[in-house]
Amino acid sequence: MSFNDQSRSELDNAIFDISKQDNVVFDVQQVKVYYSGFMALQEVNIKIPERKIVAFIGPSGCGKSTLLRCFNRMNDLITGAKVEGRLNYQGKNIYDHKVNPVKLRRHVGMVFQRPNPFPKSIYENIAFGPRANGYKGNMDELVEQSLRRAAIWNEVKDKLKEKGTALSGGQQQRLCIARAIAMKPDVLLMDEPCSALDPISTKQVEELCLELKEHYTIIMVTHNMQQASRVSDLTAFFNTETDEVGKRRGKLVEFSPTEKIFYSPTTQEAKEYISGRFG
Amino acid sequence: MTNLISPNDFQKPAEEFTPDVEKREKIGKIFELLFLIALYVGLVVLALLLIVVLKDGFFRLTTPGFLTETPSRFPDQGGIRPAILGSFFLGLLVIVITVPIGVGAALYLEEYAPKTWWGNLIEINISNLAGVPSIVYGLLGLGVFNYFLGFGSTLISGALTLSLLSLPIIIVTAREAVRAVPNSLREASYGLGTTKWQTIWNHVLPYAIPGILTGVILSVARALGDAASLIVIGAVSFLTFNPGLFQRFMALPILIYNYITRPEPGFANAAAAAIIVLLLLILVLNGAAIYIRQRFSSFK
Repeated sequence: MSFNDQSRSELDNAIFDISKQDNVVFDVQQVKVYYSGFMALQEVNIKIPERKIVAFIGPSGCGKSTLLRCFNRMNDLITGAKVEGRLNYQGKNIYDHKVNPVKLRRHVGMVFQRPNPFPKSIYENIAFGPRANGYKGNMDELVEQSLRRAAIWNEVKDKLKEKGTALSGGQQQRLCIARAIAMKPDVLLMDEPCSALDPISTKQVEELCLELKEHYTIIMVTHNMQQASRVSDLTAFFNTETDEVGKRRGKLVEFSPTEKIFYSPTTQEAKEYISGRFG
Repeated sequence: MTNLISPNDFQKPAEEFTPDVEKREKIGKIFELLFLIALYVGLVVLALLLIVVLKDGFFRLTTPGFLTETPSRFPDQGGIRPAILGSFFLGLLVIVITVPIGVGAALYLEEYAPKTWWGNLIEINISNLAGVPSIVYGLLGLGVFNYFLGFGSTLISGALTLSLLSLPIIIVTAREAVRAVPNSLREASYGLGTTKWQTIWNHVLPYAIPGILTGVILSVARALGDAASLIVIGAVSFLTFNPGLFQRFMALPILIYNYITRPEPGFANAAAAAIIVLLLLILVLNGAAIYIRQRFSSFK
């Protein structure tokens, strides 16, 4: 029962439907990830459509964060990490040796699991990225616009000089989203953005994601299945597998429209995982 | 689902446990007391040292001209100005030389160098260098700066030698400070499309500066108080002019060492007075470093 046999054709159809309607932002072709020589993620083939929210779900160690960190080459920062295959962004393989990840990351923003604002003022948190990238426009306007889009402007407009780290956890995370938006990216990668937040902040971030979908493609890793079902258009389910030598590694099991994966999953694995969590 | 724990389990007296909380608390108290004694041992020794030095040296310190005149061969006359200036310039030069080199080396090791056995080997060796006796550095300085580079027994030779002495401590502490910068901060910066240098300059360094300064304080204080290496380099104990960069020089530890080896009784008091000055000099340098550290600790 794996991604490679009987489920393949149905899955291909689902992906085909997706790519027919929408522009593909990321085309993942035969991507495999290794950590220090060990395969951490088996071959993945998916297409990420434009201006949708794609959720990555699955148990711990299934490779969903690993794959997420391929989209902006954050894995480059981990010693011993190696990515094989092609990962096309707007038709170009971002793992081509000629591509500088610094240029890529300006277009593919990231929000992390734990809110990580810079220990500087709220204003500086937003202004740092654009300034470091030679932004020539009006910085005050950009800061305000970014904070407004991240639905935090009203809470911080009177204290832009105060430290970003002094905000509450939920506010910090929205500040981090504003910081990523300030770079005017195409894609936002979110690595369990609500796992450190309380339910009210979680709701705010989810609502924000649904608004941001108008402008950005969002890929979100989440442990929270309800969250995936609430916000995402498409869901990729990952699972773990133990290989011959007893090493666990992740694999993509099913990638379908979210409704389909939650109400009539194609694969037995997805069905068990989802019903287990709900039941 | 069956309940693995039956309600009866909670009513049974837990015979398997012998809590004896009183005894465990008593053991904790004993350790607390031991640590308090350890603290007082250190404090009392330091206080005794200060009291004795102040008692012996305070009168001589207040004699007119002690800070501003050149040394005399009579214990109750003249002053220690060349030694104060010598030590001050040595400290300043050590900071100017070691901070850029030490921080640069630490940044390279932590942020750029691939993590291999070669890097670990370098790290262990640098840590070992921090434990090498200062007289060994003195011999190295004598060979390299005095003879090979031809500086002779001058202030610059002394400063370079003390810099060698300070570098390992600065590199090790700066490395630790850089390593303590949370990775989430680096990721946040890289995620915005910034280069390695932009990340280091804007986020890593400001966050690490308080830790780096702690290392600078420790190592400069060690260098300022060191006599052995300067004796080998050829610092003099008697000078009638202010030391220049390429001239012979005096330093407070050398002067103190020289004074206490003299048989005349008055020199012991002069030595104590010089010790007070050396302590104050280190205090001023540390104070400056702590001030800078406080200003930068707002980055955390």
